[in-house]
Amino acid sequence: MASRPIKFYQVGSHAAGNRLLDPELSSVQADPNRSNSITKGHRACQGCGEALGARYALDAAMRATSGQLIAANATGCLEVFSTPYPESSWQMPWLHSLFANAPSVATGIAAALKVKGRSDVRVIGQGGDGGTVDIGMACLSGMFERNDDVLYICYDNEAYMNTGVQRSGSTPPAARTMTTQAVGAEPGNVFGQGKDMARIAMAHDIPYVATATIADLRDVEAKVERAMELHGARYLHILVTCPLGWSCAAADSIKVARLAKETGLFPVFEAELGHVSAVSKIRRRRPVEEYLKLQGRYSHLFKPNRREDVLAHIQAIADRNIERYGLL
Amino acid sequence: MLEQLEGSRAVARAVALCRPEVIPAYPISPQTHIVEALSAMVKAEEIAPCEFVNVESEYAAMSVAIGASATGARTYTATASQGLLYMAEALYNASGLGLPIVMTVANRAIGAPINIWNDHSDSMSQRDSGWLQLYVESNQEAVDTHLLAFRLAEELSLPVMVCMDGFILTHAYERIDLPSQEQVDEFLPAYEPRQVLDPDEPVTIGAMVGPEAFTEVKYLAHVKQLQALETIPELSGELGDVLGRQQDGLLRGYRCEEAETIVVALGSVLGTIEDAVDELRDRGVKVGAVGVKAFRPFPLAAVREALAGAARVVVIEKALALGVGGILSENVQTALPHGAARVHTVIAGLGGRPITTASLVGLLEDAFEERLEQMSFLDLNVELVERELERTRATRRSGPPAENMLRDIGTVAAGPV
Amino acid sequence: MDKPFAITLDVGSSLANKTGAWRDERPVYVDRLPPCNKGCPAGENIQAWLYHAEEGRYEDAWRQIVQDNPFPAVMGRVCYHPCTTVCNRAELDEAVGINSVERFLGDQAIEQGWTVQADAEPSGKRVLVVGAGPSGLSAAYHLARLGHEVVIRDAGPLPGGMMRFGIPAYRLPRDVLQAEIDRILALGVTLECDHKVADIQDEIDEGAFDAAFLAVGAHIGRRAYIPAGEAAHILDAVSLLRSMEGEERPLLGRRVVIYGGGNTAMDAARTAKRLGASDAIVVYRRTQEQMGAHEFELQEALEEGVVMKWLSTIKSAGEDGTLTLERMELDETGFPQPTGELEQLESDSLVLALGQEADLSLLDGVPDLEVADGVVKVDASMMTGRPGIFAGGDMVPAERSVTVGVGHGKKAARNIDAWLRGSAVAAGPTKHEEASFAGLNTWYFSDAPKTVAPRLEMVRRQSSFAEVQLGLDAENALFEARRCLSCGNCFECDNCYGLCPDNAVIKLDPGARYEIDYDYCKGCGICAEECPCGAIEMVPEPS
Repeated sequence: MASRPIKFYQVGSHAAGNRLLDPELSSVQADPNRSNSITKGHRACQGCGEALGARYALDAAMRATSGQLIAANATGCLEVFSTPYPESSWQMPWLHSLFANAPSVATGIAAALKVKGRSDVRVIGQGGDGGTVDIGMACLSGMFERNDDVLYICYDNEAYMNTGVQRSGSTPPAARTMTTQAVGAEPGNVFGQGKDMARIAMAHDIPYVATATIADLRDVEAKVERAMELHGARYLHILVTCPLGWSCAAADSIKVARLAKETGLFPVFEAELGHVSAVSKIRRRRPVEEYLKLQGRYSHLFKPNRREDVLAHIQAIADRNIERYGLL
Repeated sequence: MLEQLEGSRAVARAVALCRPEVIPAYPISPQTHIVEALSAMVKAEEIAPCEFVNVESEYAAMSVAIGASATGARTYTATASQGLLYMAEALYNASGLGLPIVMTVANRAIGAPINIWNDHSDSMSQRDSGWLQLYVESNQEAVDTHLLAFRLAEELSLPVMVCMDGFILTHAYERIDLPSQEQVDEFLPAYEPRQVLDPDEPVTIGAMVGPEAFTEVKYLAHVKQLQALETIPELSGELGDVLGRQQDGLLRGYRCEEAETIVVALGSVLGTIEDAVDELRDRGVKVGAVGVKAFRPFPLAAVREALAGAARVVVIEKALALGVGGILSENVQTALPHGAARVHTVIAGLGGRPITTASLVGLLEDAFEERLEQMSFLDLNVELVERELERTRATRRSGPPAENMLRDIGTVAAGPV
Repeated sequence: MDKPFAITLDVGSSLANKTGAWRDERPVYVDRLPPCNKGCPAGENIQAWLYHAEEGRYEDAWRQIVQDNPFPAVMGRVCYHPCTTVCNRAELDEAVGINSVERFLGDQAIEQGWTVQADAEPSGKRVLVVGAGPSGLSAAYHLARLGHEVVIRDAGPLPGGMMRFGIPAYRLPRDVLQAEIDRILALGVTLECDHKVADIQDEIDEGAFDAAFLAVGAHIGRRAYIPAGEAAHILDAVSLLRSMEGEERPLLGRRVVIYGGGNTAMDAARTAKRLGASDAIVVYRRTQEQMGAHEFELQEALEEGVVMKWLSTIKSAGEDGTLTLERMELDETGFPQPTGELEQLESDSLVLALGQEADLSLLDGVPDLEVADGVVKVDASMMTGRPGIFAGGDMVPAERSVTVGVGHGKKAARNIDAWLRGSAVAAGPTKHEEASFAGLNTWYFSDAPKTVAPRLEMVRRQSSFAEVQLGLDAENALFEARRCLSCGNCFECDNCYGLCPDNAVIKLDPGARYEIDYDYCKGCGICAEECPCGAIEMVPEPS
């Protein structure tokens, strides 16, 4: 894991900050002067994980680049809730073009900066899971393959939330969405391989690939910081809770993301040049059921009948992740 | 300096003189030679500084162009046909964001059936995309018009498409007078973007606009396009002065004095039309031609004025609005006062079908003798289509019309149908 | 920049959109009562002094303690630390070693020579304190700081009471005790030893005292009737422990039996071992679960070779020291009942550790006093039935411990002060709801087991009265202090500030905590859920 070890016992490295911590070691989010790349007044739902993930990542990138940063944003929740005319929540140069093309737009920005000799200005492309793993994947893969100097961040909330919660290539098995409803013999989303974008990114042998969740902001920040130390195509995949789409309590947004990691369902790791270089170990392992039960999108696994078969299948996915990445 | 050059190569050289900074490119015939030449020039640092980005699709090409242009780089790309359609979404975005990207469209038909040859179906399909569209008649005009396009785009902060006929121009070797770098630099100052992504002066570009302001945004875009009707003649004049070569503005008339019949068209076919006009004028027929260079914005007033004395207007179109008919002719009709002239629509040259002087002369003779339909297809194999129509009337499942017709004319070995 | 209409927007313009209107619940910062503070008999604000200690500000921490308790170094050694017993951290890994940190701070104060001053102008009032034990000294200390003239009179030769004459030196070195007493005396308190107050009213009148605080303790060992031969060597534990402070060490022989199951029994048994006994056998009529001694004291005793004999009573003691024991059995109510089964136990001496009683003879003849069960009744202000006479410590009905006594002293002093000034005791801060473990989000606390203070190696402590429990060093003390979870009170971890999706938490200057920006807070509740210490509450939005 890229996080710096912080010898502080009262809250260790798990809280945002601490009055006893050297400001140098404090998280960006604890900084009273953080850039608030996305600021208040945005129209994200209560407890929105994407708003949070975006601020973590971009504020960290802003710090890493001393504010010399430009973002290209795919269409999606993040774009819509942040920029309805006449109000923008962004406090950094930001461009929205289309749903599928954020990686290419970012490439264009990077190319222009290179021509203009502005090597100090760095570029981020970003979008949701739909814009990244589905409709935008061709552009993303092209950006990776050319090794363009772009950090692309996917805020993965596991469905098309902006359009009202439809299945995406990132929707997990058994999850209910408006296009994978909880009806029939196999309710919810189908069991399949899903689209593991981090591993697809790794297959491009790009300098840096990492996953993270909004439950660990220090980890997100450390990974953004690491990414900004490198040049070329970099990919960060952040799991962001969507209380609306996942039918969980807004207040549980972070807890749910934490459980995604602690169950093993969402492996948190880093890879450099195609090889896994570090994993975030599970700290307090939990059965997948604890994660699933907090979310209405899985409620059909518990009532009217408990679907032991499906639960076992999901647990097996977590177990396989734990084995594959050595999460224990 | 005069050089014998392939059209694509000449355009590439002209673009290079314009000092582009970012060129995203994706291959598609018949545009490919342009970006091939540019890639070599970038690699050889004959264009510098410049980033040539080999993208994975036309969609990405236009998207990279959007990013680059929004960051203040002079940006160029080229495409054709299916490629233009593949980037359609991004075209609207580029114009909506007011990004002065210049793109060459090497005009080519759109499938199915797949066809690599020239017509105007591709750029016509994007006539409402918000891009300015300039059609050129010759490779010399193509060269000069790219200079104009960059200046125009940046002046108005709007993207410009330079439409040149695929193969007919792109692959034709002609003697070209390439401007000097000094001339280009004199005409085309460094790009000063209207808005730019800049950490020192951050802005949010690409907001979501709802019903409360969307109409106003579109109205302003329309007005902005119309501004080009003044800017194009001005800049053309300026360019003409710099190059020492007369530049057409919005359109060009040919032997229109006292013409009773005027032929209107876009692009390279005008050369053939002018030959036909010459032939007919030699016979004493009062006929002329008007080449429309600026199709978007459409120069309603200029067209009206150019066609004021004509009783008959024949519009030769290399594109077909299926289910209606002509596209250019419809625009021409909008320009004309009600009942001013009879307008004929002639669909010609689709998918690379040659338009010969003989055919055009024949067509016009039909017109003079009032035999020309309000809408017609030049050199249509009437017998063949009649047979096919007969077949489809007889059986519902008569097979793909294109294949049937090819069988009919013997291009494909006839098999059991 | 010439921005195109509507498509391009000014940064940060969303501030115009006050999303606070969406809210139906609002987060509110609260302070809750931490269990340690609630559990401290001396009324220490433990969390507050740990807070200072966490920052390495040891003197501030110490000064916070001595607001309530003048004996940090003593407390850190002899308090049975109920704070630790109720510490929420015990449910996470191990309780915070509050006691060890307190001792570290107390020792630091002695080492650094930190002193205290009176906080108030001289009041011109004189108060007599009877008894220089923990309660009396505590009262004297607080009274002196409140500006009163204090005279302490004690029957013993040296001050400290049970701290000196009851608690063995291996648990409380006398130089530590003396240092903390000296600091009290340095406030101008007059100490008169070997002065037994025989009649309290006389002494008040003679000395022209305006009030008195009685804290004579409970020094009389309770005896049980055990038929014994004349040669039997039977003594009580209080006397044994007291005699340890004398010139001559008591002779107990090689085989010592201690009768009783309280802390004093443990002290006596361990003292016997140190005096050279090869066998120290504790006879207790109930079981380990029921014994009064604290678990850690039993463990230390067992480690030192003390032997426990459960469920046994002593029937008689023979001439040669042979004791006759009867085995007991618990009935269904858990009460021991005799079985009639007897056994013999050889002994050189028998130490009775069956509890202590107070000598209340000084109260004879004072009207309005109520004495019941050997102790004096006091009201909520620690005043006896006699106006102006207050009492505390072991002589009033309460748990008998040094810490309780110290707490009584403080409480009495504040009430005496109010009584002397004719005012009411200033109301303390309102008691908050207790901070429960369930209210914490312990994810954010890193795993950090308790720093076990090093203990004197076994061999040394069996033969010497050197201190068994050693202190923490500065590094350990800091570590230990930082294990505090700050239950129920914001410690500025920045979680609420960092984790708000709507940037609706405003971080104020260090020490000033945070503020919710209700203009933008959507009421999602993440801040409350993710607050490590449970210091944010969601309340319904006022309609």
